[in-house]
Amino acid sequence: MTDVRADTFDAMPARERERIRVEEENRRFAQERKKIARDGPKLRGEKLAARLDLTWRRPPGIIGWLATVDHKEIGRRYILTALAFLALGGVLALAMRLQLAKPDSALIGADRYNQLFTMHGSTMMFLFAVPVMEGVAVYIIPLMLGTRSTAFPRLNAFSYFMYLFGGLMLWIAFVLNVGPDMGWFAYTPLSGPEFSPGKRADVWAQMITFTEVSALAAAVVLVCTILKARAPGMTLARMPLFAWAMLVQAAMIIFAMPAVALCSSMLISDRTLGTNFYNAAEHGDALLWQHLFWFFGHPEVYIIFIPATGFVSEITATFCRRPVFAHAVVVLALISTGILAFGLWVHHMFATGLPRVGYSFFTAASMSVSIPTGLQIFCWLATIWDGRPRFQVPMLYVVGFIVTFVIGGLTGVMVAAVPLDLQLHDTYFVVAHFHYVLIGGAVFPLLGILTFWYPKITGRMMDETLGKIGFWMLFLGFQLAFFPMHWSGMLGMPRRVYTYPAGLGLEIPNMLSTVGAFVVALAVVLFVVNGVMSLYRGVIAGPNPWGATTLEWLTSSPPPVYNFAHIPVVESETPLWDAPEGEFPVVTGLRVDQKEMLLTTVVAAAPDTREPVPEPSLWPFISACAVGVVSLTSIFSAWAVAVGVIPCFIALTAWFWPKELKRNPEPVIT
Amino acid sequence: MKLASCAKAAVLPLLVGACQYQRYQSDFGRAGVEDRDFLTLFWIFLGVCAFMYVLVIAFLLAGIARRNRALEANIVESGRHHESHPLMRSGLIGWGALIGVGLIGLTIASFFADRSMAEAARNDKLSVTITGNQWWWDIVYNSADASKTLRTANELHLPVGVPTHIILHSGDVIHSFWVPSLAGKQDLIPGRENGITVVPKVTGMFRGQCAEFCGTQHAHMSLVVVVESYPDFLNWWHHQLQPAPVPRTPLAMAGYKYVVSGPCSACHNIGGTPASGQIAPDLTHLASRRSLAAGTLPMSTGNLYGWVEDPQSLKPGVKMPTIGLEPDQLHAVVAYLETLK
Repeated sequence: MTDVRADTFDAMPARERERIRVEEENRRFAQERKKIARDGPKLRGEKLAARLDLTWRRPPGIIGWLATVDHKEIGRRYILTALAFLALGGVLALAMRLQLAKPDSALIGADRYNQLFTMHGSTMMFLFAVPVMEGVAVYIIPLMLGTRSTAFPRLNAFSYFMYLFGGLMLWIAFVLNVGPDMGWFAYTPLSGPEFSPGKRADVWAQMITFTEVSALAAAVVLVCTILKARAPGMTLARMPLFAWAMLVQAAMIIFAMPAVALCSSMLISDRTLGTNFYNAAEHGDALLWQHLFWFFGHPEVYIIFIPATGFVSEITATFCRRPVFAHAVVVLALISTGILAFGLWVHHMFATGLPRVGYSFFTAASMSVSIPTGLQIFCWLATIWDGRPRFQVPMLYVVGFIVTFVIGGLTGVMVAAVPLDLQLHDTYFVVAHFHYVLIGGAVFPLLGILTFWYPKITGRMMDETLGKIGFWMLFLGFQLAFFPMHWSGMLGMPRRVYTYPAGLGLEIPNMLSTVGAFVVALAVVLFVVNGVMSLYRGVIAGPNPWGATTLEWLTSSPPPVYNFAHIPVVESETPLWDAPEGEFPVVTGLRVDQKEMLLTTVVAAAPDTREPVPEPSLWPFISACAVGVVSLTSIFSAWAVAVGVIPCFIALTAWFWPKELKRNPEPVIT
Repeated sequence: MKLASCAKAAVLPLLVGACQYQRYQSDFGRAGVEDRDFLTLFWIFLGVCAFMYVLVIAFLLAGIARRNRALEANIVESGRHHESHPLMRSGLIGWGALIGVGLIGLTIASFFADRSMAEAARNDKLSVTITGNQWWWDIVYNSADASKTLRTANELHLPVGVPTHIILHSGDVIHSFWVPSLAGKQDLIPGRENGITVVPKVTGMFRGQCAEFCGTQHAHMSLVVVVESYPDFLNWWHHQLQPAPVPRTPLAMAGYKYVVSGPCSACHNIGGTPASGQIAPDLTHLASRRSLAAGTLPMSTGNLYGWVEDPQSLKPGVKMPTIGLEPDQLHAVVAYLETLK
């Protein structure tokens, strides 16, 4: 207001004052605009790269390491941590297989064995399978969508630390002999205060708290990134199938996790506050747990499987040299699987004596979920048939997936029928079934996609020969380990028994399973050795070693910290294959002096707005520590919640403290 | 060729072994109406599923076999990657229809199997109440006449051909009653009453096992099922209703005195004696049973010694404590328990 005297300004009518204020502001912005650097024809190439690098790089050192909000760094940590938990869970499985190799074995006692299988299930479900899918997505999704960052990068960092703390808590407790021992689905009243004295069940329930918060945070990050941060032109119809899979999976997490949050909180409350939600003697209900848990637990299986179908689609398209047949059918199949998955939970409870009419409904629903999955299988097979498959390691894993997963799907149809399930439920037949679905359906595609995206993440190729040997060992070892379990289940072996008597015909299938388990373990070791060796000796990959079509292959390998120098523009379903020779079409105009990303509209992906990207911050880490300490100490005293709210409040307030926002001086230029 | 014959030599015995299963504890036992219905339905499902699986694998192999075609494929290199083979669209529709028809067929088959089981279970003649406890089975044969109500544990006797309704309760956590050779499983849930009707079709001995994880010794919560002719069953029932015999030898008498006055009687009941504990298995005719500690050990003098002396080492975590009997007390107690025929 320098050119208008204060008293006259005050005397002016309000409208006039506003006009002057706006003019004033516009002038200021115009000056600022001259200083703001943007990418574009004048700023490109190495000069642009240097400036973007300066803006996007995080501070070095341990503080910078803890404060980072780079999705690639967080995704890498997620993947490595999840693989570490896979190894730990695998060691437990080997210990169990050693114990079960012979009847009446005295190698591992009952108490220790019960901890082993509980830890194995909990680790694999909560600390490996879900986080590794989210980790891969956190790394790849922004690259695949052609953007510079995820939405809410600090929430993303928070999510990782919560996951890490939850996993560490569970495993440290296990080492201290306080590992949970009531099964990964922790049925009440066995997990309740009366039958699980001590802290073992509390440790399990709080681990659930950590992982559910972490998974929910990551899901929100992914949904928002996928809906709002896609490259201009990448309409929903052109969106890659992996992004679709992650969108459906993240939405499922958002609907499923609250159920387990509710039931585990009620369990904690029963255990520490003396409520009686699950205590039948006080008019609680033991079955309430099962309903709530499986309302989460069944979708959980699809939360693991659906990202894997995304992996399969990406690999199939790349190695068959054509897009997956019937893109729209695959997308609709994913969505309908995601919806149907919430209507099946009672098929885990066919033996609990619920009304038979209800059972018929759940039988029909459980069978109908195989329709969308069956259609997807057809689409992949049609892609192989119509294309020209190259059988490099990732594609081998896809073939292994189809051969194995379909068996698991078909045994799933069997256990959906009540009369069959009443015999097969809770036997080794079911153990075989869900390992065919989870290892065949999720781990095979995961190892395929890790081989596939390894060059993108590290810049080097994994060794092909070692990869092939590893694949065949894993594939054959898996069949040897798990096929006999169908047989031992039919011969009457219930699951979760630490030993079995001789003379029931269970000796041969169990010995085969144990031998197979060790072959699988060797194959996993080989995969890890290959991964570590290729880090140093692998062939330099270049941006697009497989000749793939999605946008992550447009940028260098490994990608620069800002992902893309210019934001690419998408004009078809297969952007890299359809790109004209020479320069790939891009939009320009994002600031380079500040971290900024481009948001687009939800359906049509038209440029919408430019969004500032948060700077690195320690507060997500500190918040995760505060929440972690509260969860941990609340195992010992309920008062910890009341007291612990204070540090949580401080940390979250500091994290969300409003910053002075600079007004965006102009609309986006396309 | 040699490889094939080797594979045959290795696989055939396995297959034969798998077909000659024991019937003691197996889904292939065919000893009850429900299990027979289960097997019929299982083979139907297996047939349909195997057919679908063969189709998938054939399609996959066809795709692999075509991989070396020249550039006529609809791929990037031929520039036709946005096109699809005209057959694919109808193939997809046909495949979807096939899955739909298959599933409807299987659902109907499942429905009829369910009905057939329910039909067989009607008109039950005998009522038994089983209560699951960590880690043993409490068994009560119900009768309108209170003097004929029989309580025993861990060994279930059933008359062949007679539909028996079993009422299922739990005394603590969730268990599941499962005798695979006879029928499918049914959970025992605290605060709820479940039921299952079994119709045994052949006489013999079968083994059942808890099928829902119920704590430390879940693996050793089994029961012996004896299916016998109706007269044999009635004889057994009549015999089991008798009070425990009075011990004859001085050693057994000493054991009797220890059992009824010592810690044993706080938990165990022995009919016709002052021992009337209700929280552990009824011992009135312990020695007539075929196993000890819910199927953990076969019944024998040696196992009785071992069990009474140190149950915690044989079934770690079991609710029965290791009392630390003196050797002479142990001899006496075992001598007495052996008289409980």
